[in-house]
Amino acid sequence: MVRFENVGLRYGLGPEILRDLNFLIPAHSFQFLTGPSGAGKTSLLKLLFISLRPTRGLVNLFGQDVSLLSKDDVANLRKRIGIVLQDFRLLDHMTTYENVALPFRVMGREEASYRKEVIDLLKWVGLGERMDSLPPILSGGEKQRAAIARAVISRPQLLLADEPTGNVDPTLGRRLLRLFIELNKSGTAVVIATHDVTLMDQYDARRLVLHQGRLHIYE
Amino acid sequence: MSRADEHVPLVDLAGERLLPARARNLSPIVPRASIAGRALVAVVAIMTFLASITTGVVLLVSSSAAEWQSEVASELTIQVRPQAGRDLETDVAAASGAIRAQSGIVDVKAFTKEESAKLLEPWLGSGLSFDDLPVPRVIVARVQPGTALNMAELRKRVNQVAPNASVDDHRAWIERMRSMSGATLLAGVGILILVIAATIISVSFATRGAMAANHPIVEVLHFVGAGDRYIADRFFRHFLLLGLEGGVIGGGIAMLGFGFSESIASWFSGTPIGDQFAALLGTFSLRLSGYLVLAVQALMIAAITAWASRRTLFATLDDMD
Repeated sequence: MVRFENVGLRYGLGPEILRDLNFLIPAHSFQFLTGPSGAGKTSLLKLLFISLRPTRGLVNLFGQDVSLLSKDDVANLRKRIGIVLQDFRLLDHMTTYENVALPFRVMGREEASYRKEVIDLLKWVGLGERMDSLPPILSGGEKQRAAIARAVISRPQLLLADEPTGNVDPTLGRRLLRLFIELNKSGTAVVIATHDVTLMDQYDARRLVLHQGRLHIYE
Repeated sequence: MSRADEHVPLVDLAGERLLPARARNLSPIVPRASIAGRALVAVVAIMTFLASITTGVVLLVSSSAAEWQSEVASELTIQVRPQAGRDLETDVAAASGAIRAQSGIVDVKAFTKEESAKLLEPWLGSGLSFDDLPVPRVIVARVQPGTALNMAELRKRVNQVAPNASVDDHRAWIERMRSMSGATLLAGVGILILVIAATIISVSFATRGAMAANHPIVEVLHFVGAGDRYIADRFFRHFLLLGLEGGVIGGGIAMLGFGFSESIASWFSGTPIGDQFAALLGTFSLRLSGYLVLAVQALMIAAITAWASRRTLFATLDDMD
């Protein structure tokens, strides 16, 4: 599903922050991406989300070389990828329900066709009572859960999550991990970037460890 | 079929009570309040108003010029100057006869001595005796509309019977009229181009401002897989409506202005400016076709607003990538 060959990344004329990355993310796989702060986890996630293009090497996503993709191709590929960012990126003028339903709206689906699904998911992540609230009045943890719900609602083929349990208590963290595992079981490849060792210890999965710009894989 | 279309619930909440399914009024993806709409409507309205006034005046001048041209073109003026040793009255009668004999001439009117004196009154005043003055006499002939006269032949024939007569078909005057109306039209087109350019620039600035203000929305839409076309469409609707609103307001006010122009013109009647305008343009009233042109122009400016915003939207989205 994802193939990196000799990938390097630098910002401008600065030093290479990711070097010689060679790895595969198979379909239906589950992996944690970890490493110290500043190791390049977020940059690697951005490469996987095609927000950044590599300075060298080959990134192949869903069988397509990302260096050859047009803007429309990128938009279409992103419909198959869900992403949870550290700063949530919720739209403040839309309710929690509308934020979570946004991917369906962009796909052009009728509201009646996804309403139940969105409500079920909001209840699952503990936002059943907050679905008509606007993001500015949600707590950090609630915003995070809304962002996760938005990323998984359309059951993407690849889910990328950057510190998804950083703002929630351990109990909710476990529940969210369960959601990611359920999603993985239904066929989604999952990449969770985290430094939370407790979270990683709760589930036996492949670990991609970034250190000094290089990637070490522990199967 | 994509997995999203399979309609299998992602999570199973069979044990929990579901909220009743109800239709929701979804918020617009791009809130209208986030776009500085009032300023843009005002700019488009002012531009449409200026464009409508320009077009209206050009239409009035063109139609007045066309009327003058057709009136003047259907007339000939023969001037018979007094000459020592010749009887002026005989020459006038001979010239009138020669003109009348020309095919295509429908009416010939020779001004009498008294009428000629009256023509000179504005310059020389009344109460003067014109008996001792060599006042030329004027003959006016009406030409059948659409008739092409052989002027050289006609002049020759008139000069045979009255050598001191000159025939004028107002060609020089018509040429001046034509160039005056052409210059007015050109100036109007120039003003319209400036107005349209200013509209495009204003709309582009407004669009860029709106895109900058809504940058977080654009980013999130990119994250959830929206293409540039989808994003541009969300903004485009707002700009199309703003353009239409501005066009209707500006064009409407201009049309009302032309509608009430006769009343307005009457306030100035008797003043030198009012009289000059009345002499030049008649009344300020437009024909129905003129109002239609103004309505089409208002729609065109709304369309230009929409086009300029769409172009800027795609350019800005390219920059944001």
